[in-house]
Amino acid sequence: MTILKAQSRITFLSIFSFSMVATWLFIAAFPFVWTLWGSFKVQADFFSKADWTYAIYGVHTTLETGKAFTGGGYYGAWIQEGFYNAVMNSSIVIFFTVVISLTFGTLGGYALARSGYRYAFWILMAALVFRAMPHITLVSGYLFPFFEWNIWGILPTTIIVLVAINQPFTLWILHSFFLNIPREMDESAMVDGCTRFQAFRHVIIPVMWPGVITTGLFSFLLAYNDFAVTTMLLSGENETMVPAIASFMGNVQQEGNVMFAVAAVVSTTAPLFLLVLFFQRQIVSGLTAGAVKG
Amino acid sequence: MKHSTFFWFILPSLTLMILFIALPIVSVVIQSLHVEHEQVLVISKSCDPFGCKETTSLDQEAMEKLREDNPLGRFNGLGTYTNRSHFAVEEVSKAWHVSTSFREFWEKVLNLPFYKALTFTITYTIVVTPFVLFLGFAVAVGVNNLPKILKGPTIFVSLLPMIVTPLVGSLILFWMVDGDGIIGATLQRIFNDNSLSLKASASLTWIMLMVYGIWHFLPFSFIVFYAGLQTVPQEILEAAMIDGANKWQRMRNVVVPHLMPLVIFVMLILLMDNFRVFEPIVGFSADAHATSLSWIIFNDLQESAYPLYGSAGATSMMTIIGVIILLTPVLIRTWREFHQKGN
Repeated sequence: MTILKAQSRITFLSIFSFSMVATWLFIAAFPFVWTLWGSFKVQADFFSKADWTYAIYGVHTTLETGKAFTGGGYYGAWIQEGFYNAVMNSSIVIFFTVVISLTFGTLGGYALARSGYRYAFWILMAALVFRAMPHITLVSGYLFPFFEWNIWGILPTTIIVLVAINQPFTLWILHSFFLNIPREMDESAMVDGCTRFQAFRHVIIPVMWPGVITTGLFSFLLAYNDFAVTTMLLSGENETMVPAIASFMGNVQQEGNVMFAVAAVVSTTAPLFLLVLFFQRQIVSGLTAGAVKG
Repeated sequence: MKHSTFFWFILPSLTLMILFIALPIVSVVIQSLHVEHEQVLVISKSCDPFGCKETTSLDQEAMEKLREDNPLGRFNGLGTYTNRSHFAVEEVSKAWHVSTSFREFWEKVLNLPFYKALTFTITYTIVVTPFVLFLGFAVAVGVNNLPKILKGPTIFVSLLPMIVTPLVGSLILFWMVDGDGIIGATLQRIFNDNSLSLKASASLTWIMLMVYGIWHFLPFSFIVFYAGLQTVPQEILEAAMIDGANKWQRMRNVVVPHLMPLVIFVMLILLMDNFRVFEPIVGFSADAHATSLSWIIFNDLQESAYPLYGSAGATSMMTIIGVIILLTPVLIRTWREFHQKGN
């Protein structure tokens, strides 16, 4: 009882820590709220030097369009500049990257978790070093051979490269998830006459989904957020969302249509919001999985 | 597990890693030893009634043929590593002899592209990492003290800066610090200086990029430390309280030692990720004042018609060596632990 009382007492320290959290939350959320709200205004409001409240009430937006909100930026980005095409490409790249990463990763991660030999350790170490390679250094190794073999610029090349870049992390995280599944489960199945693969298929696959979903989220994020690989390896018409925004910046800034880029940025961020909203627990457990083991 | 079963299970994953991570590194090494073909010049004499003139022009046809026969370029040994855009051996030694003070020498060296990028990359890494560690820990302690009902939404909001696409996140902040954006315009009003621009000055650009880095990475350290705080043994905390330890003492002597392995883990990931800083420089269009190793590789590869494979390869090699130096302590530690387990 006394301990509880001491902990719940309001002190200077607790006020300080509370206000610090509040400040952080403001810093974390404000840029998103501001940009989301501003994306429905015209440029003169979003960049209103004279009075920042214009951006909130949309003074210029009302003058130019008659209403306080406008979807002009979104129309310009999606229809006029063909952002929907980039969204399509992104969907294809992300879907295949996640599926292939998880298929290869579960097989490899399972093997690494169940093998006690020294080479398993070395593969994990190599994966750690590979995980640290800046992506752009690998890209500088791809470009030349890809041009020579004429496989530059197409979606399948990018997908397979993203899968490969993703493998080290996928292997590490799935390997630690499989370590948490008791060995006895698949070994008893093998005693009953299953081969290793049958034991994997009938015993491990039914119980591995929580780990796979968490890993899948991170594969998704890698493919979704990548800029270095997609911008260098995809040709103009195969562009995904992030390089499309980057090339947008070059094109639209001269034409004074920054709002197109703002709308595209908000469109790109929205799915990530939903992802965090629905999978918060898995993301947190994935972030900490490596740490708890390490 | 039998060797052959292990082999078949790991095969797809291993093949991909060898083909698309290990071999590209080999390809980078080879590229870095080659350089673009020299220009084939033709001198043509043209005579008119007023006399003869010699004009030099590029022989496009011969160039095309050279490129076709030898697409990698000509062998250059370590020449690319020592040229002006990399280690700049000549320029540095010249600067050393000409300069009268160490400061002058330093300024000259920092104007060379490679050293400029290296300085920014290292500064960024060693500034952002401790800030993220420290602030992330502070926020984690703060959130841990919140009433239970507030914790979920707080974590949701806190995750956003990390989960957002780096390029998109930097663009969002870039528009806000623009001279006409909300933060930029407010700063101009506060300092009563209409020409104040975060983009125009080198030091302000650096600060802006580092603030972005802290904003982007703080959630990661926060989440890991927050999860770690849940595992601090309550009995020890209570025992320390009974012994008369106040909040600070409990924090210093119980909580922080308990979280130490996590601090090392977070630091390792942060060092790896900060060292490859790249997207914010593109997003903030900051390349006039701040370049990173990753950015100069990107810039070499962007050369429209013929990417500078040799130059990009050499910088890539040096970046890879940098990463390995960063990782050495961890690798040695893991190696030792593995051996202790083995014996």
